[in-house]
Amino acid sequence: MSERHFDVSLRELKDKLLVMGGYVERAIEYATQALIEFHPEKLKLVYDIEAQVNRLHKEIDEGCVNLLALQQPMAADLRLIVAVLKISTDLERMGDHAVNIADNSGRYLNGPPLKPLIDLPKMATEVRAMVRMSLDAFVQRAETLAREVLVREDLVDSLKNKIFKDVLEYIKSNTKDIEQGLSLILIARNLERVGDHSTNIAEDVIYALTGEDIRHSPRGDGLKEVLKS
Amino acid sequence: MKPILQVKHLSASFGESLAVRDVSLDFYPNTVTAIIGPSGCGKSTFIRCLNRLHEEVPQASADGSVVLNGKNIYGPGVDPVQLRRKIGIVFQKPNPFPSFSIFDNVAMGLKLAGIKKKYLLYEYVEKSLNQAALWDEVKDKLNAPGLSLSGGQQQRLCIARALAVEPEVLLMDEPTSALDPISTARIEELISVLKKNVTVVIVTHNMQQAARISDFTAFFLLGEMVEEGETSKIFTAPREPRTERYITGRFG
Repeated sequence: MSERHFDVSLRELKDKLLVMGGYVERAIEYATQALIEFHPEKLKLVYDIEAQVNRLHKEIDEGCVNLLALQQPMAADLRLIVAVLKISTDLERMGDHAVNIADNSGRYLNGPPLKPLIDLPKMATEVRAMVRMSLDAFVQRAETLAREVLVREDLVDSLKNKIFKDVLEYIKSNTKDIEQGLSLILIARNLERVGDHSTNIAEDVIYALTGEDIRHSPRGDGLKEVLKS
Repeated sequence: MKPILQVKHLSASFGESLAVRDVSLDFYPNTVTAIIGPSGCGKSTFIRCLNRLHEEVPQASADGSVVLNGKNIYGPGVDPVQLRRKIGIVFQKPNPFPSFSIFDNVAMGLKLAGIKKKYLLYEYVEKSLNQAALWDEVKDKLNAPGLSLSGGQQQRLCIARALAVEPEVLLMDEPTSALDPISTARIEELISVLKKNVTVVIVTHNMQQAARISDFTAFFLLGEMVEEGETSKIFTAPREPRTERYITGRFG
């Protein structure tokens, strides 16, 4: 059977979503590299990318609404379109968080570094891996990979908590550095949110593939499993 | 919820050829169940077994049981004509009695059931035409021929005729496939109102229609029932790959 018009439109939509995902990955990469490797010049790239992400967000949503209205998709097709619609919203929010990270990195880099950053680079690496894995799970239609993203959320949360605690302790005794400390806290907070959106994407991928809605259900002790492996 | 109608291991044949193969399915009171599937999958034969119309075809036979309120309609001593008052049917093409007036089309079943008093007949006819959402359009011309109505009105007349004898179950075999979208929408609207009083089983080729109006959906293929379940589940996440392929239009 020749490829249906519907399948062609759906593939174009998926391709667009991947381009958007690629942009978001780069935005997060530049925003965190700027901070960790002292490359403030990379911050501008984050803002340029965000405009592209916003444009694709609207284009993808429009494509989804058109397919829903004109083709009345069912079953796996319907689940896929619903997933694309939600993933594009998650990616757009991730783009916003990348901009927040860039803003705060810029502020932090205005002064001398407070102390060597240890957990923040670790957290950035972990979050970027989550983003990458959730998008790979979507492309490869890989349920196992999507489930792996979910268990990594705990690790990111614990890194964020540790950064909050360390920075708080530091600025309590170094009050002149409150502003820079706050920037680090906000960066950790935004990275954590990026991780949360990756988790949403993974959940949407699982829904699209299996029809199972696993949101808001207990995950077991994911952190222990990841640390063990 | 206790089923009103239970089909158990039903098979149906035309001579040597098996059209429905070992289907078991329950229907619940005041719900709409849609039977979907490609042409020739046995869905029409299946619902015709539910009020014993199938056996009217020469060489046709059915095996298994269909239990209405605890009683097997294929059991000994069941009169198929009496049964069809409890389980009515509406067909694909509107088929009013050609030489009958609108009034007589609806009153016929009542007369056969022994109701003779004119005022009673009038009461039932008005009630049935109201239930079929046709009363307002025909109340001033009850003596006009049934065939003088539009296609959509004729179909509602047939629904009124089926409802007149107060059936418990209403079978509908593609009741809107010969109608325009406006008439189709009226019948669909009507079905969702009717289910307050009757249990509806509808065969439809139109999957959007099944999705819009039914509570439960059963998918038939090559005489077998592949899958049944809540309509919202069947159209968002069916269990069977064959159902998935059919409803996403990927068959063949």
